[in-house]
Amino acid sequence: MTEPTGLKSWLTTVDHKRIGKLYFWTAFCFFLVGGIEALLIRSQLAQPDGHVVTAQTYNELFTMHGTTMIFLALMPLSVAFFNFIVPLQIGARDVAFPRLNAFSYWVFLLGGIFMNLSWFVGPLFHAGRLSVAPNGGWFGYANLTERQYSIGPNIDFWLLGLQILGVSSLAGGFNFIITILNLRAPGMKMMRLPVFSWMTLVTSFLLITAFPVITVALVFLMFDRNFGTHFYQVSAGGDPVLWQHLFWLFGHPEVYILILPAMGVISEVLPTFSGKPLFGYTVVVYSGILIAFMGWGVWSHHMFSVGLGPIADAVFSSTTMLIAIPTGVKIFNWIATLWGGQIRFDTPLLFAVGFIAMFIIGGLSGVSHASPPADLQQTDTYYVVAHIHYVLFGGTVLGLFAGMYYWWPKMTGRLLNETLGKIHFWLMLIGMNVAFFPMHFIGLLGMPRRVYTYSPDLGVSTMNLVSTVGAFLIAVAMLVFIWNVIRTRTAGKVAGDNPWHGATLEWAMSSPPPVYNFAQIPTVHSRLPLWNEPESVVQKAPTGPIHVPDGSWWPMLAAVGLPLMAGALIAHALWLAFVGAAILIFGIFKWGFEPFEV
Amino acid sequence: MHKHRRLIQRLLPGLLLVALAACAGPFPQTTLQPKSDLGFAIDHLFTGIFGWAVGVFVVVEGLLLYALIRFRARPGAPAPKPTHGHTALEITWTLAPVLILVMVAVPTIRTIFQTQAPAPAGALKVQVIGHQWWWEYRYPDLGVVTANELHLPVGKTVGLDLTSNDVIHSFWVPAIAAKRDVVPGHVNHIVFRPDTIGMYLGQCAEFCGDSHANMRLRVFVESDSAFNAWVANQKAGPVEPAPNSLAATGKADFQHGACIACHTIQGVSAGVIGPNLTHLASRTTIAGATFPEDSLDLALWVNHAPQRKPGAVMMDMNLKPVDLQAIVAYLMSLK
Amino acid sequence: MSHAAHAEAGHQTSMGLDSRKMAFWAFIGSECLLFATLISTYLIYKGKSLEGPFPHEILNIPFTSFSTFDLLMSSLWMVLALAAVQRNDMKWAKVWLMGTAIGGLIFLGGQVWEFSHFVEHGLTLQKNMFGTTFFVLTGTHGAHVAVGVLWLLTLWVRAMQGKLTSKNAMTVEITGLYWHFVDVIWIIIFTVVYLIQ
Repeated sequence: MTEPTGLKSWLTTVDHKRIGKLYFWTAFCFFLVGGIEALLIRSQLAQPDGHVVTAQTYNELFTMHGTTMIFLALMPLSVAFFNFIVPLQIGARDVAFPRLNAFSYWVFLLGGIFMNLSWFVGPLFHAGRLSVAPNGGWFGYANLTERQYSIGPNIDFWLLGLQILGVSSLAGGFNFIITILNLRAPGMKMMRLPVFSWMTLVTSFLLITAFPVITVALVFLMFDRNFGTHFYQVSAGGDPVLWQHLFWLFGHPEVYILILPAMGVISEVLPTFSGKPLFGYTVVVYSGILIAFMGWGVWSHHMFSVGLGPIADAVFSSTTMLIAIPTGVKIFNWIATLWGGQIRFDTPLLFAVGFIAMFIIGGLSGVSHASPPADLQQTDTYYVVAHIHYVLFGGTVLGLFAGMYYWWPKMTGRLLNETLGKIHFWLMLIGMNVAFFPMHFIGLLGMPRRVYTYSPDLGVSTMNLVSTVGAFLIAVAMLVFIWNVIRTRTAGKVAGDNPWHGATLEWAMSSPPPVYNFAQIPTVHSRLPLWNEPESVVQKAPTGPIHVPDGSWWPMLAAVGLPLMAGALIAHALWLAFVGAAILIFGIFKWGFEPFEV
Repeated sequence: MHKHRRLIQRLLPGLLLVALAACAGPFPQTTLQPKSDLGFAIDHLFTGIFGWAVGVFVVVEGLLLYALIRFRARPGAPAPKPTHGHTALEITWTLAPVLILVMVAVPTIRTIFQTQAPAPAGALKVQVIGHQWWWEYRYPDLGVVTANELHLPVGKTVGLDLTSNDVIHSFWVPAIAAKRDVVPGHVNHIVFRPDTIGMYLGQCAEFCGDSHANMRLRVFVESDSAFNAWVANQKAGPVEPAPNSLAATGKADFQHGACIACHTIQGVSAGVIGPNLTHLASRTTIAGATFPEDSLDLALWVNHAPQRKPGAVMMDMNLKPVDLQAIVAYLMSLK
Repeated sequence: MSHAAHAEAGHQTSMGLDSRKMAFWAFIGSECLLFATLISTYLIYKGKSLEGPFPHEILNIPFTSFSTFDLLMSSLWMVLALAAVQRNDMKWAKVWLMGTAIGGLIFLGGQVWEFSHFVEHGLTLQKNMFGTTFFVLTGTHGAHVAVGVLWLLTLWVRAMQGKLTSKNAMTVEITGLYWHFVDVIWIIIFTVVYLIQ
């Protein structure tokens, strides 16, 4: 069984490893796009009264920076690892629904392209400028995003793009829940599941429960904007605050969708590089589950300034502080994993430790705005910008880079260069602290967020310049990483099966793994099979041919229907909606009746 | 223990300020130098939380660093002991954060209820109305309407009633009033007592469209006599320009121009879309407290509002230089 | 459909359950949140209309009770259809599948009549908060019924072609899960919107 090659084999692929790579590269490109948006934002703010971009462009930039980083970069980067690693870790041939998996990817790609097309199609809408990109913030607060206050198609691109991406996330969520629950190797009990797979499972549950809420919220907004309903309109008795409740009811679980996978990554990396099992495995798993549950009861802490009254403030403040407990427990367990180990300072470990160190800072500033009165000074200022970047950059991004350096040899067969990796790490760590630490002060000294300009009178000009320098340092770090990737393709050290001496099943097979994954599905007897029972999971050559499913065009075709339907609403072309729907239904039917075996 | 905490609470903001002073200053919009009972209550709470945060930071990052240095791999060292967990430790590091969070939660909840109490009888009432992108202030008991610059008497409790005319804004004056969203269809409240005479900067904190960054404001906390004089001046009708003066020409132009569609000048026009201009020249700024109130900026504003303030509702008036000069002269006379 | 492969794979899964059925339960869980959000919004805006028509002026409970009864009965036909497929009685399977689909079509017809009746009496999407929330909630449910009808008709066509047999019972079982779920959601909507005014 040899792996097919050529463009067709990639367009029709249903192999989780290939889909994982597609997710990775697509998300990485969007990560760079979001990064360029960030550099433009920081260039504008490098000086007071800046003139690098106009107010309209700035508002589009920060909206798309947030939207891109969350929905098009960090979530799909996590999903790239879900795809590539989880089936290997649990000893499966593929995910439960390979074609649904391909569908998820194509919907994600097309949704991302759809939303970013808005940068270039202004002339089609007689907008008087090139761009009609979304400009209402990644949180899209109604009633600013109602047609009355946002006339152009900008917000439509945003809300329809998010709807498309939601389909992808939901489909992915179902797929990974069933994959992890149902396709585990014999003996792989739930409490033997690697923590990364556990966090994938928890994240998937959050995906399938949180996305319906934002879907409905967006449908309401879509109806308000296009069909004259009044969900968020005061004039007819509606209330814009409903949007905030629905958005954050989704939005806070979304925060955990972003952070739990990275927590899973470092829960794999720390044991490997300290040569010790994860300390308190059970506690780490349960605290992940607990965080996901509690994440549903804290949404109004994004709304302490809305005026919900002292009782709501007190309740949501308390639940928010409670969530700090399982989070703290995780951090202590990670430190205890390092404690007493033989710590090897390879690049994945550096990023994992960077995660812990930075996440602590983000967590602590989080506690300060869990206190509603204190939050009244902090919310909507750069202090919160600092907080979320310590959590999502210091946390998620560093965690994902730990995963990239850790699993790169498994995915490609070659190790990323260690020297370049260490330069990358230190540049990135220093860069992010130079960029984001001053923001704590900038916020406390009175600079609100989402402002395209600020007065030199505020006294925060120097700190803003420092922050901009930090942002460009991060950009340099990214260039080092890209260079590392390029030279690794040809000059990278060949990895072998288990270059880091990892303990989980993905290290039991060759790097990169064969198309069928396991020649024989191993039987697992412990949590750390490669440490405790290497002989029982070692892979031999397959005894006979192993059937793997052929590719399919239909998932991609079905996916094409969605952006067409979304485009119909923006172009006011009913026929296009029918074409899109017809393609979607036709694709699903062909896919449903296609002979296909797993 | 208690004495210790108080010491920390006094030292920390000091340290913070020293660190900041090294950068630049002064910081007219800072949250760290409160000048009202509300501002002080919040600052006191934040200082306590900040102290705990610094303590936790030092301990946890210290443990992490110690583990990294102490347990780095050494050649020839025996394989580490495969410890899987420790129940007593788990309980300890669950309870420790619980205790710290209780220490944070108790004063938090106390402060929530203390700072959200309704305004006492006799408080000065001001209605704050958010517009894209300027602030309207109405003093219902005093019969005063003004924009962007709020005047308050020192030492007297103020009750602000906040609402919006269009989208959601957020009223933020860090030194005295903290922050509260300004939501259409809702009336929110801020109650506080400014305790120091001075001028304080603030601005809208909730993203509200193109010129969100240009929705600024000023608060003048004044002595009773200064405040009363201001009120008396605001209640009087507009200054009548001397006959045949440039300002008189400007008034005629104003009355016959597009200005009256949006602006009120008591006895002259009754537009309600833009700010009330009856005493425009008594203010120090224009256009959402973004530009100084002087002839040059007024002229630029009248003829180039959309360029100066992206998205501004006010059009480019495109006046000929003579007319512009006259209108500016008239506006500048409205003390 | 690739039922055979899946059905066999079902016996080897970690949980001993068919993967598609489990996925469908997860889907239903997700759908619950969708409808919970819609119904909560309806309740939040209940009585917030600034002008009529108000619910009590326009809702026709006897008529909708008939629609509800019809949908309930179609759930029964669905149970019978599954039972027939499982015992490989394809004649009756075709009858009951068609019966279920017709039940769904009658319900949809009732909804179309109801909507146009409301519009004639001045209740539109744009009219007031009741119109806004009512049409979006019941319309979303109606769209779910429509998808179900399309699905049932597809199965019926497959049965007529002789391609649906007891080997595909799992497909019919999943269709049934969906149909019953849509039915249960309607009972909640009927109670919340029509009965408790």
